[in-house]
Amino acid sequence: MIGRNSLFGPLDPAPDAGYVDAPARKGFFTDTSVCIGCKACEVACKEWNDVPENAFAMLGTSYDNSHSLNANQWRHVAFIEKQAPTPAPTPEPVSLGMPSVGAQPSDVADEEKPDFQWLMSSDVCKHCTHAACLDVCPTGSLFRSEFGTVVVQDDICNGCGYCVAACPYGVIDRRRGPEGDPKVGIAQKCTLCYDRLSDGQKPACAQACPTESILYGDVDELRQRADERVALLHERGIMDARLYGNDPDDGVGGTGAMFLLLDEPEVYGLPPDPVVTTKDLPAMFNRAGMAATAMLAGAALSFLRRR
Amino acid sequence: MRPPDTAQAHHHGGSPSRARGSGRGGDRVMVPEADFTSYYGRPIVKPAPWEHDIAIYLFTGGVAAGSSMLAAGADLTDRPALRRVGRLGSLVSLALSMGALVHDLGKPSRFINMLRVAKLTSPMSVGTWILALHGPFAAAASAAEVVGMLPARWQRGPLGILLVLGRPAGIVGALTAPPVAAYTAVLLADTATPAWHSAFRELPFVFCGSAAAASGGLGLLGTPVDQAGPARAFAVGGAAVELAAERRMEQSMGISAETLHQGTAGRWMRASIALTAAGAVGALAGRRSRALSMASGAALMAGSLCTRMGVFEAGIASAKDPKYTVVPQRERVDRGEQVRYQG
Ligand code: SF4
Ligand code: SF4
Repeated sequence: MIGRNSLFGPLDPAPDAGYVDAPARKGFFTDTSVCIGCKACEVACKEWNDVPENAFAMLGTSYDNSHSLNANQWRHVAFIEKQAPTPAPTPEPVSLGMPSVGAQPSDVADEEKPDFQWLMSSDVCKHCTHAACLDVCPTGSLFRSEFGTVVVQDDICNGCGYCVAACPYGVIDRRRGPEGDPKVGIAQKCTLCYDRLSDGQKPACAQACPTESILYGDVDELRQRADERVALLHERGIMDARLYGNDPDDGVGGTGAMFLLLDEPEVYGLPPDPVVTTKDLPAMFNRAGMAATAMLAGAALSFLRRR
Repeated sequence: MRPPDTAQAHHHGGSPSRARGSGRGGDRVMVPEADFTSYYGRPIVKPAPWEHDIAIYLFTGGVAAGSSMLAAGADLTDRPALRRVGRLGSLVSLALSMGALVHDLGKPSRFINMLRVAKLTSPMSVGTWILALHGPFAAAASAAEVVGMLPARWQRGPLGILLVLGRPAGIVGALTAPPVAAYTAVLLADTATPAWHSAFRELPFVFCGSAAAASGGLGLLGTPVDQAGPARAFAVGGAAVELAAERRMEQSMGISAETLHQGTAGRWMRASIALTAAGAVGALAGRRSRALSMASGAALMAGSLCTRMGVFEAGIASAKDPKYTVVPQRERVDRGEQVRYQG
């Protein structure tokens, strides 16, 4: 079924892919403002999905030694040590002659307060509304599940690597090792725990997250909760809070995994304005058609001339 | 797994960092240096996990397509030497390109696996079907050529039928050839690789021009001058289109055009321009000299190979450096022109 918005624009992906009576679209809302960087999600994901370890190396990039999202890392916690904004001088408390309640004002001098702030964020496949990886896969190995998520079938994947180059978030990759793993050479990424979902359970990462930084549920509901959460943070004066991936009119039609960030997306290694590459596909085929026609005409013309 | 470039790009997110490497080795600076933020300088999009066999595949596919067009024309206008070079050239390059493709996929069954679905949104699927359509006809025409070279007493029976089929098969092969040369541009452009995607308007013209230059070059290489006229015209025209489209492409690509001037990609592109231009001039000047024609033909073929290598390498480089992903998108956001669906 190809609809008007099949390549670009807002869409409910599962019905567009031909599911009748599909359940509500499922996804993640990762609220990075409560993430404590414990990596429980990374571990739970590896355990449940039997994802082999990466070559562990001390990367020297804060506490992030799992490197990036890739075939062997379906959840990845980013650690950013950020220069804290210079704190406003603490105003002298004004005595109102009342008995004092709550914490005493801090007696740590401003210059002794840590000069950095932590940004931590657990990243994952975005399960895009318009998933470039799925669009370009030549074998049909990547498919849209009834939950609106994007899943790889290892027994069909060719290992052609086209999805790797197509994903605007750099999520999916071919598995490179360890040697002997049956899925080496096969494209791998987060499945949003397809097997658990089919059984009415939460994905492993959301289940394991101790701070509920990773929420799982219906995408519509998550979008609403995300809006409320940002409004609350703004009220508390955290004006840097912003949502990422929640807008159904954005370049990928909104994602199934959205994030509350405390800084620009690129600070976390996310693209600021990703666009599904197949948005331009009709134009690309048009241009190729023009070039092909020109080539045929050129060949014919070459024979028109005398030798 | 260490990121290849942590050493230079070792900055923490949040603090803007100077873009590295711009203008290095390039002959001109395309855009001013850009400030951008990234996560420890790590790539955002993943480079295509493809080896050079894909670049070779792009080249041989182009030679195969152009050669079948020249062969059919030569067949219809009675130029047997040009027809032979075209048909055999298309056979050899088709075989080489299938070899490169299968090598990249790992095993032949994976090519067959690609035929399990036909998917219009996947240029690789479309391309596989285009090849499956074009290949048998081009191969039949080439087989007819081979049969024609056998002793007369073998040209009977089933082999004799091939001789009869040669011309019609060759014509269908020629008509299905242009998409073979053009789709490879869409194959590269339909990715998140900055230098490939941003070139989607001109890349098909660069590749088709390059295919014409290379196959015309092959014609010049293998045909006596009195039959080589069409190959010469095709080659020179193709070279002109390639060079012109490449210039336009650089103007429309934005910041990622830089990658065509730097490092390995820059060396391939400079070689490509020099060889293609020299080959075209030589072909024009060598109308009466077989030796000069042959040298020009070889230069044109080499130039086409360099173009494919250069474009391939530029794409890989543009994916590895987060600058080419972040800067254009960030500028778009700052201008308030985020990509939004407008009903
Ligand atoms: S984030 Fe990448 S891998 Fe995940 S669905 Fe979107 S395009 Fe596919
Ligand atoms: S690597 Fe596998 S999943 Fe990815 S595009 Fe190729 S066949 Fe599809």
